[in-house]
Amino acid sequence: MARTMNISDTTVDRTFRIATGAAAVAIPLLLLLFIVQLTWGSLPAWREFGPGFLIGTEWDPVAGRYGALPAIAGTLLTTFLALLFAIPAAFVTALYLADAPPVFGGILSQALDLLAAIPSVIYGMWGLFVLAPIMQETIQPFLSETLGLGRIPFFGVDGDGFGFLTAGIILALMILPYISAVMRNVFLMTPPMLVESARGIGCTRWEAARDIMVRYGARGLLGAIFIGLGRALGETMAVLFVIGNISEVPTSLYSSGTTIAATLANHFAEADGVLRAVLFALGLVLLALSLAVQIFARYYLMLTNSSRGEK
Amino acid sequence: MTMMNNNSISARRRGLFRRRLADRIVRLLSTAALVIAIAGMGWILWNVCARGISVLSWSFLTESTKPWGIPDSGIANAILGTLEITLGAALIGIPPALLGGIYLAEFGRGTRLAGIIRFATNVLMGMPSVVVGLFVYALMVVPLGGFSGVAGSLALAILMIPVVLSTTEEMLRMVPDTLRESALALGCSRTRATLAILCRSARSGLLTGILLAVARVSGETAPLLFTALWSDGWPRDYFTGPTANLPVLITEYSTNSPFAEQHAAGWGAALTVTVMVLLLNIGSRIIFKEKHHVR
Repeated sequence: MARTMNISDTTVDRTFRIATGAAAVAIPLLLLLFIVQLTWGSLPAWREFGPGFLIGTEWDPVAGRYGALPAIAGTLLTTFLALLFAIPAAFVTALYLADAPPVFGGILSQALDLLAAIPSVIYGMWGLFVLAPIMQETIQPFLSETLGLGRIPFFGVDGDGFGFLTAGIILALMILPYISAVMRNVFLMTPPMLVESARGIGCTRWEAARDIMVRYGARGLLGAIFIGLGRALGETMAVLFVIGNISEVPTSLYSSGTTIAATLANHFAEADGVLRAVLFALGLVLLALSLAVQIFARYYLMLTNSSRGEK
Repeated sequence: MTMMNNNSISARRRGLFRRRLADRIVRLLSTAALVIAIAGMGWILWNVCARGISVLSWSFLTESTKPWGIPDSGIANAILGTLEITLGAALIGIPPALLGGIYLAEFGRGTRLAGIIRFATNVLMGMPSVVVGLFVYALMVVPLGGFSGVAGSLALAILMIPVVLSTTEEMLRMVPDTLRESALALGCSRTRATLAILCRSARSGLLTGILLAVARVSGETAPLLFTALWSDGWPRDYFTGPTANLPVLITEYSTNSPFAEQHAAGWGAALTVTVMVLLLNIGSRIIFKEKHHVR
């Protein structure tokens, strides 16, 4: 009796182990399948346009000519603007949160986490109905005329409220909680002894933060930035509503344009034949970009963990 | 001699003054950034609440959407559709994610394979949701010849899996090894020890992970554009036809409609989604906190 139970127990154990292992191994396989599927789907586009697809600027459905440059340039520009606004703000916010009294800092951190949970379509809708009119009536005239920034080439003169600057601002608001949460964790990882010693020899809070916490977690901070970069690259809805959706290479910060994600969301319904392959090719470009970013992010975050000997 | 002393003291004072000033400025900037961030978010939430509440009514929540001009339209079909799609995603995604997490925490410690799996999970977690939508579009929608609710569920499930998997691993790792050893010493099989003892003692953590993942995907829009799409009818053909859902309703009503009534309905739907997501989030946090206090 006991013997049979033992045997069946081993069988159950083996099955259980195989089942869990299979579920776990499915994850890397899924990732491979993503790459294979998108590459396969995009083959007709590469065959038709060659590598020149990546720097082509045409988008002519009638003639069947497509180029990816407007979408790629737009993605890079919105991501750059978002990081430009979000990184300094996230950095000082994280410093504040790491330095604040635990209860207060805890509540604020929870609030920031909750705000990171708001769906991106809400940000998009808010951008379309609330932010874009304000940009058009107040902020863009103020920047271009009152401050005279309009004379700088590429900045833009007459904005209609839509375009890259608006998209960058919304993206920045969206990714700020992510970046600052990771940065806060990196700061909190600094051994308290180091910070206290710095304060003990008379450093101000800012000096302790700059010379101890930032140095100590420099690679983690880079990882945090890459996490935000990854989110900004692939964000669809928040951008789609305010980018203007025309396939043109950006000429100024106020000009309308498109991003890879927005192009995908805009054209999938009419997608057929070569346009479908073009969309897969764009998806493949986005996948490659975000894979690279994720790998860097993980690499730097891993370095901070292991250099501390915690794992 | 005294003059030199005086000079160096005043220089030192100036240095101290400058250092203190820098400290103050940075602290001011931190506070300002935090206030701007929270105020910005508060502003968004305020807009959603103020504009959303004005259209909320009993019929808005119980009637289905109708083409413009027909009275008594609501968003009930989209609410039901969102529930269907999210529940489907949970059914597809949670079991493999739990199993995978168990493997990483119980069987795969320190192995190279586990390292690869963990890395792939992290990469998948940062994957843009629009790419996931495109993937499922190619995998299901094109071969089967049409949009369907179940394709939407599959896309959302792919987004949920890495989140649930990594929280499962983390939570099981927090269970002390002595508990594992005691269970095995009492003669439990590995399966029984894992399911009945370890998962049980980590259950609030597992639940937190699941709720957070559900909250994360229930507002996702981009993958649904490629899969579930949109329909004005009640969500009856989940397996075969386009299925109504709240995020795509918001997109449709705010970008593809010139009518103020539909914009208002969009705000109502936005409020519904936001409340749903925030409740799930807060709920999962409360569950997790209570457990921690008990410990």
